[in-house]
Amino acid sequence: MKILVCISKTPDTTAKIAFTDNNTKFATEGVQWIINPYDEWYALVRAIELKEKDPTTVLHLVNVGGAENDAIIRKALALGGDEAIRVNIESQDSFTIASQIAQVAKDGGYDLVFTGKETIDYNGSSIGGMVAELLDWPYVSLATKLDIEGSNAKLTREIEGGEETVEASLPLVVSAQKGMAEQRIPNMKGIMGARTKPLKVVEPVAVEALTSIAGFELPPAKAGVKLVPADNPEELVRLLHEEAKVI
Amino acid sequence: MSVLVYIDHTDGEIKKSSLEAASYGAQLASQLGVAAHGLVLGTLNADLSALGKQGLQKVHQVKNDSLNQFDPGQQAVMVAEAVTSLAATVVVVSNNVTGKALGPRLSARLKAGLVAGAVALPDTSNSFVVKKAVFSGKAFAQVAVSSPIKIIALTPNAFSVSNGDGSAEVADINLTVPAAKIKVTGTNKIKGQIPLSEAELVVSGGRGLKGPENWGMIEELADLLGAATACSRPVADSHWRPHHEHVGQTGGAVAPNLYFAVGISGAIQHLAGVNRSKVIVVINKDPEAPFFKAADYGIVGDAFEVMPKIIDSVKKLKGK
Repeated sequence: MKILVCISKTPDTTAKIAFTDNNTKFATEGVQWIINPYDEWYALVRAIELKEKDPTTVLHLVNVGGAENDAIIRKALALGGDEAIRVNIESQDSFTIASQIAQVAKDGGYDLVFTGKETIDYNGSSIGGMVAELLDWPYVSLATKLDIEGSNAKLTREIEGGEETVEASLPLVVSAQKGMAEQRIPNMKGIMGARTKPLKVVEPVAVEALTSIAGFELPPAKAGVKLVPADNPEELVRLLHEEAKVI
Repeated sequence: MSVLVYIDHTDGEIKKSSLEAASYGAQLASQLGVAAHGLVLGTLNADLSALGKQGLQKVHQVKNDSLNQFDPGQQAVMVAEAVTSLAATVVVVSNNVTGKALGPRLSARLKAGLVAGAVALPDTSNSFVVKKAVFSGKAFAQVAVSSPIKIIALTPNAFSVSNGDGSAEVADINLTVPAAKIKVTGTNKIKGQIPLSEAELVVSGGRGLKGPENWGMIEELADLLGAATACSRPVADSHWRPHHEHVGQTGGAVAPNLYFAVGISGAIQHLAGVNRSKVIVVINKDPEAPFFKAADYGIVGDAFEVMPKIIDSVKKLKGK
């Protein structure tokens, strides 16, 4: 089996969110970059587990972006995976990114394309579904479990207020979320090994973006907390009822 | 020309998030001066003409039981066909579990720009720009859509349901039904609980509650308010509460009218899941808890002393 895991680069979860250039660009100064947690903790780790179960599995990573992403790709390779592919294009809208990944998936003859449920910066939840449509493969989103038996996949996916078990044949696109696997810390052997794993750079296919970001804004600052004395919690209930009108 | 709203349903009823999408789609249609249509794939008990209350003029339905099992690939083909036959220029879906799978497929199929997680009506004055939440609720982006057809996935609980007195015309629509590639083998719904993603009120507990045996007061308050229950990551990781209740950066994101947090310090990762809540209440005995900075109301005090009094007070308010 051949698995392709999509790896996105995002600001660290504690990064300060600010914008420059008249609020059209994210201020990257001083920002620590990480592998998007959903891609790393859930999709990548589960793919590594599948490879541990069946060592004949080929596991590749794909990232869409410039050479500045290589450090993050090496970090992912330190966790596992045989090689990585970077599509050399500044990442634009979801459709552009998905089109590049779909091309890599097509060229590489993969059985499973695996993504996190969303990135923590753009929160689009879009790449998996778009890749699936471009490849005309089935798509199971927000999955919390995945097992492969031959050419058949058994999954659990989230539905409102519960979960559903589903089955689909490979090839398949899956987006993963919490429950799929547990976060791993790379060991020294992995980190050393990652340096020599192949990182192939491929040129992008021509695609026209469908959306663009016209600007960013920060939410209005909170007016500040109204503290109610601990010996008079009834006052809190009154405020929520009469002032905030939420209960 | 029309705005087409995809109406999502479960257990024979229209989801609340789809009533929001219908209200949004109808208001957008009147902004653009075009018709507002709905599309229902599958069978329901609900009276579809009632979608007129949200402002839809016509609801098209493919009555086929097999479509109640959701395969986004199959449905994308059908919705795309409906978009063409109804000359829709905007498709509105909810950005719920269904929309997150359907929206992107439809976008790639129609080469139609997708705004996933819209929080307001588009600005259509001289282009088509939609506001969406980014950076896990810490900021918003204005997204310009350049394709002829646009797809908007509306964040649940971001747009209120309109309740007019209209009645929609309901008609069958003939669409190709491709074979499903995803087989649903089992469903496990937590009975009698309000799904977190649809909840208008949420009562949430953290490590400050010391153990799962102390969740009675969280559940009691939630019950009285008709709220859903949630928890912080350490609580879910310690298996005090089920994982689906975990709210935060790596759990679910919620945007209720009220987020009532008890014994949660408010780590930045937790705030990422709740900072779009309209009103945040924090009860914590540590006055330095970072959550107070993000809160609207707070009590610095011991949850075990404060909560019983709050519960009594809510009981009086509700006449119980």
